[in-house]
Amino acid sequence: MRCRKCDHKAVINMRQHKLALCKEHFPQWVMEQTERFIRKYRMFERHERLLVAVSGGKDSLSLWDILWRLGYQADGVYIGLGIDGGISYSDTSQRLTEQFAAQRGLQLHVVDIQEEYGSTIPQIANLTYRGQGKPCSVCGLTKRHVMNRVAHQGAYDVLVTGHNLDDEAAMLLGNTLTWNAGYLLRQAPVLPALQGMARKAKPLCRFYEREMAAYALVSGIEYIYDECPHAAGTKSIYYKGLLNQLEEERPGAKLSFYLSFLQAKENGLFNEVFSTGGEADDLTGAGGVAMHPCPTCGQPTTTPAECAFCRMMAKVTR
Amino acid sequence: MPAKLILRDQEYEVREGMTIRHAIQKCGINLQSVLATRDGELVSEEEFLKEGDVIKLVAVISGG
Repeated sequence: MRCRKCDHKAVINMRQHKLALCKEHFPQWVMEQTERFIRKYRMFERHERLLVAVSGGKDSLSLWDILWRLGYQADGVYIGLGIDGGISYSDTSQRLTEQFAAQRGLQLHVVDIQEEYGSTIPQIANLTYRGQGKPCSVCGLTKRHVMNRVAHQGAYDVLVTGHNLDDEAAMLLGNTLTWNAGYLLRQAPVLPALQGMARKAKPLCRFYEREMAAYALVSGIEYIYDECPHAAGTKSIYYKGLLNQLEEERPGAKLSFYLSFLQAKENGLFNEVFSTGGEADDLTGAGGVAMHPCPTCGQPTTTPAECAFCRMMAKVTR
Repeated sequence: MPAKLILRDQEYEVREGMTIRHAIQKCGINLQSVLATRDGELVSEEEFLKEGDVIKLVAVISGG
């Protein structure tokens, strides 16, 4: 199979786009498309300061690489979760992230959860009701809190994450199976800033997971191949598997599922859901959801009392 | 000598002459969940397997 652009040997065939590209033109295409999505969804401008959430995995490191090559002002934040799992997972991912940043002369903020809060993510999971049997829930909540905090404290305009299309489609499937209107409404390529919280953007939201791994491989980015030891058996992986079965039979099904959702939202599919929603406050989230500043940390929350993170940590430090 | 696909610690012997795509499917692996590499270089799944080929599959799905 030949590259559509130069007739050299193709290294990837993207059936959903009917496009095969060689090792020179594929990364170029990824960069062009990323720039296109940034503009299409009005994610950010070149003069704005970005904070990229990096985990040492293929998506976040590829995203940081792309933004750096495109000339955006992008610093990184790495969160040390204290996960070992017999494979030194956190240590390895931190080493690879630090190596990536050093090779490119990029600024990296490192936050170690155990140093800051006295316990690692697996320990917090064991100590809390939320974490019983599902450390990913504790991990996600903690990462969101810390990323928002670092972005706010560093006066960054945008917090950028490496969510790819498979992540988005799996999230969409999960939220559709339960018809979780609140989550469906908040799922978007870009979420506006709120008081105490930077704008959030997902520039990779239209790339397949496979394409991002291919970008990392072709670009020589050294990332952590090992899966998080806690990820096996999670719902998101299960949904990704289901969607990939569909994709095999119908190339483009995942992309169509996600893009049709965005289009339906734009056409007002969920408008009525929130027309009778809660009272608006001085903070208003996506779809008019009332938000309040957490009395402890100041981050916006949908609850009138402490946010979920502060409630969880109160149990850990008690 | 047949060709070989390797995914993590699993090895699969496959016939040369078929495409990598076909071989991956024959082994019951979802193509969307892997990338094929030969000698560390990415290769298209549309390539035909040669005798003695060793194709290392890189798992691409992550989550949690």
